[in-house]
Order: sequence, then structure tokens, then C-alpha cells
Amino acid sequence: MRLVNIRPRRGTSLLLGAIPLVLLILTYLIASASRHALNPADKILPTPGAMVAAMRMLLLEPDPMTGGRLFWSDTFASLWRLGVGLAISTISALLVGLLLGLIPTVRATLGPLVTTIAVIPPIALLPILFIVFGLGEAAKVALIIIGILPLMIRDIASHVESLPEEQMVKAQTLGASSWQLALRVALPQVMPRLIHAMRLSLGPAWVFLISAEAIASDVGLGYRIFLVRRYLSMEIILPYVAWIALLAIAMDWALRQLSQRGFAWAHPAR
Amino acid sequence: MSGMLSLKNVWVEYGDKIVLERVDLDIAEGSFVSIVGPSGAGKSTLLRLLLGQEAPSRGRILLDGAPLKPECGPDRGVVFQRYSVFPHLDARRNVLFGLECAGAPVTGRLFGAARRAALEEADTMLAAVGLGDNGHVFPAQMSGGMQQRLAIAQALVKRPRLLLLDEPFGALDPGIRSDMHALITRLWREHRLTIAMVTHDIGEAFGLATRVLTLDKRRHDPQAPHRYGATVVYDLALNRRVASEANASITIDTEDNN
Repeated sequence: MRLVNIRPRRGTSLLLGAIPLVLLILTYLIASASRHALNPADKILPTPGAMVAAMRMLLLEPDPMTGGRLFWSDTFASLWRLGVGLAISTISALLVGLLLGLIPTVRATLGPLVTTIAVIPPIALLPILFIVFGLGEAAKVALIIIGILPLMIRDIASHVESLPEEQMVKAQTLGASSWQLALRVALPQVMPRLIHAMRLSLGPAWVFLISAEAIASDVGLGYRIFLVRRYLSMEIILPYVAWIALLAIAMDWALRQLSQRGFAWAHPAR
Repeated sequence: MSGMLSLKNVWVEYGDKIVLERVDLDIAEGSFVSIVGPSGAGKSTLLRLLLGQEAPSRGRILLDGAPLKPECGPDRGVVFQRYSVFPHLDARRNVLFGLECAGAPVTGRLFGAARRAALEEADTMLAAVGLGDNGHVFPAQMSGGMQQRLAIAQALVKRPRLLLLDEPFGALDPGIRSDMHALITRLWREHRLTIAMVTHDIGEAFGLATRVLTLDKRRHDPQAPHRYGATVVYDLALNRRVASEANASITIDTEDNN
């Protein structure tokens, strides 16, 4: 049988997917153990025991400065920024994307502006954001929005434009006004795509969040990572990175579930 | 019969390319007009004109004596070869859509008694096209024939003055196609529709219609083929059919769901 025709079953797929992850962890453990055999004080590849000890402090012990448990306050601060940025971006992308995709006049007016903003590297705007919004939460949320909103708008607008023209004509022959076209034809069909755009934007959103936190912040997952870097505290950095990965995977999974449950028509059974 | 729809000296030009020239046409109420012709002879352009998707470069189109607005509206229904139904709505809601557009300009949805009345109308229409038991099926789970039945029901619920069919059965299997022919003939008679159908299938054109129009170019310039447009070169009235219709005893029954 040809290689391209061999389809692993569900159980086999899970097993195959787990192999590289397990290998990665094993490689790390072996490398860490061998470095510690040579130099028990090694900081580059900390042992799992060192990570657990360091994380226990952050997870359970209240911080003398703030009184909170640092790991959790970092997580909540970062998720709050990410959530607000993502929510504002998603709602704006939906509204602007629908208008751009449906109404030629709006497309002619705003299309070039969106394209222009989309090609500016968002990090280059970060100093401006800090100057305009100060060093508080607003600047960080604004960076996330500027980073992901233009692409989301373009994605939604192009999806609306790509709805079959026959459908739009048919709706009009059934008496639909522009408003009804937007509300009953375009909006429901764009919702699965919007969730898809959110999933794709999660990666960049995290990048911009960590960047903003690394540069100016006093709490947050990115802030902590860049803070403890000064002490070469890999035993904190590595668990934090793993935690961020876990959060990102969980969000992606939740969005996929939402799309499949809420918009079953867009996910035909295979 | 008077012309319900008339085209007077209609031309369609794109830049210096002439697609249709000097089209003069009167379509009587209650007629079933087939439009045939080779590819590129402007069949689809003519349909887009009738639909209001496009305005003629010259000439006038009158519906019931009034100029046709260059925009699609509920007085003309349409069934395309594909993409005529909404994939995010089940069959009932697809048919309901037209009623909701008329009844709820702001919310786009009907509620309470108005919704129940509209649903009843939608169900009647679904039953009329043989989809009575498929109200909750989504288009993605339907066969091509069922989707076209749904598209017809969706259009008819608005009681259009003119029903336009753009190769509606072109993508269907031969067996299902003949079922659909029987269906559209029955609906045409029962609802006293006026139908204009573009088709590639000559047999279909002659089998269904009371009148067959052939579009083609009368003249051909080998140096500049785009400078002559197509027009109606044959206009055949099928009197046999109209006569048989006068003392019609309709015995067509197709309630099966292909």
C-alpha cells in the first residue's frame, strides 16, 4: 500500500502523536542528568526536582511585596490582557469585516486603510502606544489589538466577499434588504470563520502580550520570564513556558469545540 | 395574451464587446419560455437582465408596463444551478427566509403567531415540492435533487411574477432530472407561474416549454468577432402544448424524494 493511503486509526494517531513529545522530555531529562553529573550546581538545564521546588514557591507562598501568589497573579494578569485584547479585536473584526465584505462603498473607503495598517510591524508601534497610553494595561491591550485586528478584519471581509454571489442574489429575490443580508445571510455564515480567525490569532496575540509584558510591566507571565532571566532561573522559565503552551492549547481546543457545537452545519460529518 | 414582460431593442455591451444586440421580446403571462443557444451566446446575460442583476446598455425592459429596476427584487424568483440555498439554515428555515424578510424588516425573524403562520406556509410549500418530511435537514445532508427542490420551494413561497431558472437541472442525474421536469411542470400549472429557463439541454427545452428561444449571433465578423452580439434567431411557439393544456387533466404525481 502506498504511504499516502495509510491512515492511522484514532488510537494509533494518539500514540504516534505522543512519541515525539515523550522523546523530547526524555532527551531533556538525560541531558539535564548528564550536566548535573558533571556540575551539581548547573543552572542551564535544571532537574525536575529543582523546577518543582521553585514553582512550589511561586504557586503556594505569598509574595512578601504584594501578598499574592505570584504564579496565579501572573496568570490572571496575562489572561485578562489577552482576553480583553482578543474580545475587542473579535467584535471589531466582525463588524468592520462584515461592512467591508458586504458594502462596496465601505470597501472602497476603508480597504486601503486596513491594508496599510496591516503591513506596519506592530512592535514598531509599541513606543507610540507607550507614549499615548502610558505604561499601564491599555498599552498592552492596544498592542495585542493592533497586532491581530487588521489580519482578522481582512480574513472576515474576504470570507464575506467569497460567499457565492448566487446566494446574495437569491436572498435579494426573496426580499432581503442590505440589513437583512448582513444579519441573516452573512453574519451566521461568517461566525465559524470568525472562530477560526480567533484560533489563528491566538499565536500572534501571545507574542504581542509577552513582548509588551517583557518591556514594561510589574506582573504577568511574560514579565516573570524576563525578570528571572537575569538570575538565569531556568527552573522558573521552563515551567512558565510549558504553562503558556498549555493555556494556548486549552484555548484553541475550547474555540474548536465552540465552533463544532454551535455551528454544526459548517462541520459536515466526514 | 398581452406581454407581461417586454424587452424593447435591448443591447448589452461591455466596453467594445457586444454581447446582446437588438433583442425584442414579449413574454406572455403564464408562459414557460426556454432559452437555448451555444456557449457565449448571452443566455446568462439575458437571464441577468431579467433578474435585474444587470442593466441593459441600451433599450428598455418593462415588467407589467413599468420599467424594471436594475436590482433584484421579490417580484422575480430565481433558481440557479448551485448555491441557491443557504447552508446555515435547515429546509424549513430556508423557505421561511423569504417570509421573514417581508414580515420582520428589523430583526429578520418572526415570532409567535406570525412565525407559526409563516411556518405553516413554508411547510405547505415544502410538501408541494416533495420535501414534506425533510424540514429539519440541512442542505449539506441533501442530494443535489433535493437541494434544487428546496431552492424552488424557497422561490415559490414569495409568489414571484416571474420565475427564472438558470440551468436548474444541469447538475442532476438523468433519472432525477426527469422527476424534476415533472415537478416543475406540475408547479407551473398549479401556481400559474411564468417561467423563463436557460438550459443547455435541447430535449429539456422542448419538453417543458410553451416557447423556445434560441440565442445566437446573426452575423459574424472573422476579424472582430466581438463586435456582433447575439440576438433571438429562432422563436418557436409550441402550440401543441398550449392546446393540450386547455383541457388539461393533470396526472403527474411525484411525491417521491428522489
